[in-house]
Amino acid sequence: MAERAVLGVHRGRQGGAGPGAHPSIGGRRRSLADRIGERGLYLLSLAAASLSVVIAGGLVAKVLAEAWPALSAFGLDFLTTSAWDPVHGRFGAAAFLFGTAVSSFGALLIATPLSILIALFLSELSPRRSRGPIAALIELLAGIPSVILGLWGILVLGPVMRDTIEPALHDTLGSIPVLGNLFGPDYSIVGMLPAIVILTIMTVPIVSSLMREIFATVPAATKEGALALGATRWEMIRTVVLPHARPGMVGAVILGLGRAVGEAIAVTQVIGGTEGIRANLFLPSDTLASRIAGQYQGATSDLQIASIAYLGAILLALALLSNGVARLWVRDAAGAAA
Amino acid sequence: MRLRQMAVDPLGARVPNLRRRRIVNAAWIGSAWAGASIAVGLLLVVVAGVVARGIGSINPTFLTTPTDPFGSGGGISNAIVGTAILVALASAMAVPVGILTALYTSEFASRRLASGLRYVLDVLNGVPTIITGIFVFGLLVVGRSQSGWAGAAGLAIVMVPLIARSGQEVLALVPSGLREASLALGASRWRTVLRVVIPTSIGGLVTGALLAVARAAGETAPLLFTCSIFPNLVQTDPSRVLPNIPITIFQFSESPDPVKHAQAWAAALVLIAFVLAVSMVARLLSARTRRRLQELR
Amino acid sequence: MTIDRKELDAAGRVRHETPPGPRTEVPAVDRVGVEHGASGSRVHLEDVKAYYGTKRVLHGITLSLEPGVVTGIIGPSGCGKSTMVRCINRMHEEVPGGRCEGRILLDEIDLNGPEVDVVGVRRAVGMVFQKPNPFPTMSILGNVLAGLRFVGVPRERRIERAEAALTDAGLWDEVKDRLSDPGVSLSGGQQQRLCIARALAVEPDVLLMDEPCSALDPAATMRIEELITQLKRRVTIALVTHNMQQAARIADVTAFMLAGELIEVGSTDRMFTDPQDERTEQYVTGRFG
Repeated sequence: MAERAVLGVHRGRQGGAGPGAHPSIGGRRRSLADRIGERGLYLLSLAAASLSVVIAGGLVAKVLAEAWPALSAFGLDFLTTSAWDPVHGRFGAAAFLFGTAVSSFGALLIATPLSILIALFLSELSPRRSRGPIAALIELLAGIPSVILGLWGILVLGPVMRDTIEPALHDTLGSIPVLGNLFGPDYSIVGMLPAIVILTIMTVPIVSSLMREIFATVPAATKEGALALGATRWEMIRTVVLPHARPGMVGAVILGLGRAVGEAIAVTQVIGGTEGIRANLFLPSDTLASRIAGQYQGATSDLQIASIAYLGAILLALALLSNGVARLWVRDAAGAAA
Repeated sequence: MRLRQMAVDPLGARVPNLRRRRIVNAAWIGSAWAGASIAVGLLLVVVAGVVARGIGSINPTFLTTPTDPFGSGGGISNAIVGTAILVALASAMAVPVGILTALYTSEFASRRLASGLRYVLDVLNGVPTIITGIFVFGLLVVGRSQSGWAGAAGLAIVMVPLIARSGQEVLALVPSGLREASLALGASRWRTVLRVVIPTSIGGLVTGALLAVARAAGETAPLLFTCSIFPNLVQTDPSRVLPNIPITIFQFSESPDPVKHAQAWAAALVLIAFVLAVSMVARLLSARTRRRLQELR
Repeated sequence: MTIDRKELDAAGRVRHETPPGPRTEVPAVDRVGVEHGASGSRVHLEDVKAYYGTKRVLHGITLSLEPGVVTGIIGPSGCGKSTMVRCINRMHEEVPGGRCEGRILLDEIDLNGPEVDVVGVRRAVGMVFQKPNPFPTMSILGNVLAGLRFVGVPRERRIERAEAALTDAGLWDEVKDRLSDPGVSLSGGQQQRLCIARALAVEPDVLLMDEPCSALDPAATMRIEELITQLKRRVTIALVTHNMQQAARIADVTAFMLAGELIEVGSTDRMFTDPQDERTEQYVTGRFG
């Protein structure tokens, strides 16, 4: 733009002879190919960018439209009903909301400290040479398809859960008042606890790599300032790295939460798929996403399809909320550091 | 000197709490090592588990015969062919859209618009893929039937934000001096894009596309409502339902039959080998491209 | 290359010898406000070589930093002056691949000795950086307290120590009413004095200043220079600077470095009026390169 303005002034000084008066600038016409190419690339890329926006908008609209029959039939009662009864046409999301909350928070409860440690390890504490390979391995963990984690969860993790881990947890923690109810005596291959473990495995690589990026935004000068005062590595982390990274870390955890909330396949493979609201983590349960996945083999009525879409709409709202909020948070943190 | 003989750190002795601080420091470094070991250990346990259980069933017959409809025997050639077609179709849709979207944000869009687009793509990337499945189901399956096209569309929607976002980041690394040099020579913007911007960043663009392919190959949820009820034979027509590896693993994993489990492991091994190989190639390529772009800056 | 003490005495800059004996026996706190002679430790570098990876950046430096003296270190950029001072509190270890050979003695203590913890080294040898780097998440007071927390000063004594440090850094009157404001809300010069206060609070024996004024305006620079002159009785000061006028103004001894070597060292007056080495002369007269 600036160049063009300068040229315009220049041309003006020529005495207002109009385009063409300055042979080397105004006189040269662009070739036809250039004009088509210029326009074409712009329009093509604009179309592609618009398509991405249309997909995003259309997705929200379509899911709401699909859910409309159930929305109008059940209204907000859907959120507080825990039935899923295709025979009598009674549907509700309460049990799945509960299952989603427990499985996601449970997973993040384990994944958050683990991810912080891993991210600190990779950005501050490990020998520099080992950082690249270890980071790559952890990112490969993120690349394992969820259906394979689910397969592993049901055929390998499940039996170990039932035979070893769950009895051990029950024996050690089962007698604690109130909290002990989480670790009741009914051991099972499928259930909430395996789902939490699988979701932990899925979220750790994502959350830790986000946190690593955030830790990397802490200025070296600030870290050196702490070290030069005689801080140990950990004290440097505690006094300057963590406070600096806190908002971004919150964002990373919320993003991880969004991921855990939305995972359908691996969870549906290991959680067992029942509608009850129970404290015992060993018992089968179900989440919003997992219930949707579990219904793929066909619904018996249009209302059931709409109810599935209603579950989807709730899930979408949760995902958009967590993602939208977290992205702003992460970006602010990164932006403030830049 | 006296202090030295006592084998004490003479400077450390002036920091009264040094011993405790060193212990705390060592404890945290130790836990960080433990955390990283757990994560790497999990990767190894899962991958080793898949390899150990799958390798026994992998043989030429398994890879070249379709699934036996009556349980025992048979292979997954139908699923391999179907996944290849699905991923190829999805890439054909998503790669141009993704890269053009990235080009639009880096070359044409205003700063605000670009940031808005990035945000939309990030949010789209965060949409649970099962929802993508419902969307495509409502769009292309309701009133018709499941099909390869619908499945590919679902996978493409998963791929677009991945390709576009990584593309945007790579294009942002192209030094603006390079663009200006080309424009200053009198090249038009589109020629600059084709001759300078894309060739400089091609490695990064390919990396993004490869990672998206790796992701799409293993995606199950978008196919569940769009491309999941298929016959046990090799199918190449995308207007029919294409058998595919992820759904095969998913269905076999829920079966009580140990023969199906063995086949699920073998299929998982094929899938994981493909996914890990593609992501590793992508990673190597990305490291090289970044180095090159960094040098250009 | 060590400093010719006679030459220094002639220049009238050196005050007194440090009291003999290991410093370790004198509790750090008691030295505050000692009026007799100069406090601080003697730093002696002997054939110090430093590397970043396989690249050698210091080719055997031998130099002493004397108590009560501001040693200015001058030289063109990239000559290794920052690396040299970083070696003295082992901050060079924070650069990937950074290591150093040779002996660096703080009084009699070998800073790279096997039993020496780097934390103790940095507590004894403070550092002020080129760009003011107050901790952005902390208040003005919090910045000064941070180091005291590290070195284990009892909670009830920290505030008075912080006040003393801020006073010594000439900042107390300017900030006493806004101690809980963020450290980064101060002006650049104030931020740098805050960083000096932060370093002084832990009562180091040596203070390394790596171009502390290069990011500051002339007025702020003058304040820091005055401060350095006041502090030198208390703590041994090494001042890296690319600004020869600054070295001429406040350094008692000046060392000239070039391409990783120490070319010449001597009293500042002599270095600027009668340099022995041709390269020093070229540099101080601005005819270099």
